[in-house]
Amino acid sequence: MFDRLIELWPEIVLALAQTGTMLIVSIPLAILLGTPLGILLYGIGPTGLHHRPRLHRVLDGTVNVIRSFPFLILLIAIIPITRFIVGSSIGTAAVIVPLTINAIPYFARFVEQNLSQLDGGVVEAARSMGASRGQIIRDVLLVEARPALVTSITIMTVSFISYSAMAGLVGGGGIGDFAIRYGYYRYETDIMIAAIVLLVVIVQIVQVSGSRLSRSLDKRL
Amino acid sequence: MIDIQNVSSVFDTPDGQLTAVDDVSLHVPEGSIQGIIGFSGAGKSTLLRTMNLLERPRSGRVIIDGTDLLGLDVHQLRTARHGIGMVFQHFNLLNNLTVQKNVELSLKFAGVGRTERRRAAAEALDIVDLADKAGSYPAQLSGGQKQRVGIARALATQPRVLLCDEPTSAVDPRTTASVLQYLSDVNARLGITLVIVTHEMNVIKAIADNVAVMEDGRVVERFDLTALQNPGFVPATPIGRYLITDDIELDRRPRANTVAPADAARYSRV
Ligand SMILES: Nc1ncnc2c1ncn2[C@@H]1O[C@H](COP(=O)(O)OP(=O)(O)O)[C@@H](O)[C@H]1O
Ligand SMILES: [Mg+2]
Repeated sequence: MFDRLIELWPEIVLALAQTGTMLIVSIPLAILLGTPLGILLYGIGPTGLHHRPRLHRVLDGTVNVIRSFPFLILLIAIIPITRFIVGSSIGTAAVIVPLTINAIPYFARFVEQNLSQLDGGVVEAARSMGASRGQIIRDVLLVEARPALVTSITIMTVSFISYSAMAGLVGGGGIGDFAIRYGYYRYETDIMIAAIVLLVVIVQIVQVSGSRLSRSLDKRL
Repeated sequence: MIDIQNVSSVFDTPDGQLTAVDDVSLHVPEGSIQGIIGFSGAGKSTLLRTMNLLERPRSGRVIIDGTDLLGLDVHQLRTARHGIGMVFQHFNLLNNLTVQKNVELSLKFAGVGRTERRRAAAEALDIVDLADKAGSYPAQLSGGQKQRVGIARALATQPRVLLCDEPTSAVDPRTTASVLQYLSDVNARLGITLVIVTHEMNVIKAIADNVAVMEDGRVVERFDLTALQNPGFVPATPIGRYLITDDIELDRRPRANTVAPADAARYSRV
């Protein structure tokens, strides 16, 4: 088995790099775009600073629709959009589009929940100090939600490592695809197990470092 | 300094409209300490919150330091709020910021630059004797210390008015005295006008010059605290009379003088 592993090593490295690329692009993009969307959802929601019931319903519904698409179906359904954005509907770059589209509302929901779980007293205090809406978001809400947001990013990253395994379907590669190709199609069970062990290790590293960072940011003791 | 004129505040609730503040007028002279007392639900907090427009009254006028707050636009109101500090029952500090950064927050919102923020926050912490806790986080402080940080945060922008909503209701009785001492010093040394909402008469007796008694959204009685020095003084309303006696009166039943054996066994096990 070790001979075979060494033989396949370049392919494993390539698969790891592909998974890495998918996550390194889609997760930050999801944070960048999902955060404002989440803030908006919170802000116009029932406990927000600017309650807009109708707009909230529309946005809330849209987020739910995208989130309830099974990833596999989304992957195929948006092929035209993917082709428009990255010029191709296959390959690693092509997987990043559906991953990101799925991750944005996913993270926005996390942001919304993390913000609405904060104690309203701090917002009240900020208002009494003459803070603007932007200041309340930046200097109060996001500061108090920081540890929870880090936890959310960790959960999202772990989920998307598993989603990225479906990338093989559109030739996106990645370590999950590697495991499926060798284990499922070629019956090389030990190679598949090795790939899965690698996935478990990656997930552990993400989880442990995420939890540690979140704990160090949380000053509630 | 504070002029509340015929203020009414109404909430829309599932059970219809609720008049939390009902046609209240109140004048608080500059440099004085005004107490507002009443039972829970009397409308004290709502009335206090109209004084910086956290709650917009349905009708009436709110004049602070000569400015009619209801006539201000959003920007002007924010500027006015920098001159009106507020202290809360549950402190409302940011858990993830140090004491220093918590105090700096009010200055940041007031547009004060970084170096000046640091200096003014240190000065405010000095007033409440917490300079040594600047680098601590709120969770590392006692309730009384947290409230002093809340006071420092409110003072940092040098307001002319300090609105305090049950500032001592979440701290123990001994700490109450210390928190009130700081508030009293702030009033005496800096000449800041104080409004203190409480449900405890001993707080009013300790610190206020004048008190307004609230019931069902209305101010039903007001008196000058020096009146209490006259042993013959009797408040005009039943609630006023009730509040100035701190005694808790129970209707105590005669005590059953034996405990059933089964119960006795149960208690002895604990
Ligand atoms: N935001 C709100 N929405 C609806 N009702 C409220 C709100 N705030 C206060 N009230 C109601 O107004 C009344 C007065 O409340 P409050 O001013 O908090 O009283 P107090 O501070 O004297 O205990 C209460 O009946 C309370 O339930
Ligand atoms: Mg209250």
